[in-house]
Amino acid sequence: MTSSLFDVQAIRAQFPILSREVNGKPLAYFDSAASAHKPQSVIDTQSRYLAETHSNIHRGVHALAQEATEAYEASREKVRAHIGAESTREILFVGGTTDGINLVAQTWGRTNLGSGDCIVLTRMEHHSNIVPWQMLALEMGFDIHVVELNEDGTLDAEMFDAHLARKPKLVAFTHVSNALGTVNDAKYWTERSHAAGATVLVDGAQSVPHLQVDVKDLDVDFYMFSGHKTYGPTGIGVLYGKEALLDAMPPYRGGGEMIGSVSFENGTTYNELPYKFEAGTPHISGGITLGSAIDWMNAVGVAAITAHEHELTQHAHAQLGDIEGLRFYGTAPCKAGVVSFLVDGIHPYDLGTLLDQLGIAVRTGHHCTEPLMDKLGIPGTVRASFGAYNTLDEIDRLAEGVARASSMLR
Amino acid sequence: MYLYFMASVIDQRQEHIEDEFAKMGDWMEKYEYIISLGKELDALDPADKVDDNLIKGCQSRVWLNAKQGINGEVIFTADSDAIITKGLAALMIRVLSNAPASDIASAKLFFLDRIGLNTHLSPTRSNGLQSMVKQMKLYGLVFMAKG
Repeated sequence: MTSSLFDVQAIRAQFPILSREVNGKPLAYFDSAASAHKPQSVIDTQSRYLAETHSNIHRGVHALAQEATEAYEASREKVRAHIGAESTREILFVGGTTDGINLVAQTWGRTNLGSGDCIVLTRMEHHSNIVPWQMLALEMGFDIHVVELNEDGTLDAEMFDAHLARKPKLVAFTHVSNALGTVNDAKYWTERSHAAGATVLVDGAQSVPHLQVDVKDLDVDFYMFSGHKTYGPTGIGVLYGKEALLDAMPPYRGGGEMIGSVSFENGTTYNELPYKFEAGTPHISGGITLGSAIDWMNAVGVAAITAHEHELTQHAHAQLGDIEGLRFYGTAPCKAGVVSFLVDGIHPYDLGTLLDQLGIAVRTGHHCTEPLMDKLGIPGTVRASFGAYNTLDEIDRLAEGVARASSMLR
Repeated sequence: MYLYFMASVIDQRQEHIEDEFAKMGDWMEKYEYIISLGKELDALDPADKVDDNLIKGCQSRVWLNAKQGINGEVIFTADSDAIITKGLAALMIRVLSNAPASDIASAKLFFLDRIGLNTHLSPTRSNGLQSMVKQMKLYGLVFMAKG
């Protein structure tokens, strides 16, 4: 049991939203994979910034501009340390994971992919790691090969290797599946992809909230995650890229902080990393508050969060597994934070609607992984996803709720 | 001489549903009723359960078919892959089917709001119901034009 080391009640007390009621019942929130809630320290950072520090950053000579810039850049350093990057030059603040992938597609992709090339994606990718590549493939004429999955929701290793034998220019896969919870061996597949000559992009939207990530150890070329899934604000995320790659990439958007100097006569030059990719006034409060969310995760301890969520996942599998006709989607040996399931003959929308009446928030539908759901031949699943603040009791409530709703719907 | 405002048949039906729900206790009773309506709704003719009649929501799918009866009234039939959506579709049919096309086109649907189930009609639910209502009213306009 992790409970002796991990005081979940003390953690819950830091999240004001968890004390509210929904439909007259205490809220049991199982939708952290879509967005996690914010602890008081994060909320305070955001309001304090807006109340006391706000100013536009960089280039300002006055005190507030200095303070805001320092706070923003301190946050970049926190992110760097948190994911083990070499330098803050490799840490770009972006809108979120989707924004980060689009940036790589439109800059690195546009300059490195062309007709006759191929890239490799997997069946479990979120739409955000599919559509930017499809859009680019239409324009640039490269092929996309898809790694299919085994029954338990792990990657088909044989097929992965077969695709690598095609010498793809890029391999892009998710670290943790948002629909199945599968944790992919990012280090292993990065190494194999590099050996095949590919550049590697790993979608970390569902891993950074749950696992200690070290981009240097993984040796990935690009890695991205979202602030709002890591107990921070929406609208801010991080794109990590190896410096040499980022240096060689053309800018993405023009204007604001990304310029070196601008001239009609002599041409325009661009700023150095990471600012080259940060056009316009950035999401200053978001960047600063994200730093506070990382502080919070580190204060709790990422390893402790991982262990606690592992216990929750195990407990959910055990409790839900007893329900007649319930089938899990995603039973990989290594999972993080997600339990996806269906009950025989019951539509996920119906189950989700009744659970909501019981104050239990789950997500239903295709979870932005339509190609995966189509392959599984299902309209979607019911997904319970966990955060540091969920309890074993809440999971018991979930299991009771699913049993009760199922009997109503049968 | 008195001028009477005649409530349309659609409004009368809505008020009737409202009365029915007012007698129910908690949410469970309401949902049990909706679920039973979903289960009882006549199966859509397989010939009508086609993509042309499909309203694809993100969460659930709705099939809607419309035809004109002998007196010009519009007759709706529907189906859904989710039972709660299907039960709510059954309520929509009860309200709007077998009514004059012009009444359907101009109908104001207030009953979901009054029985506390209006969230099911919100676009964020994306269950196909909101599009279904739009489509039903559109059919009203189309059949009005046909006369």
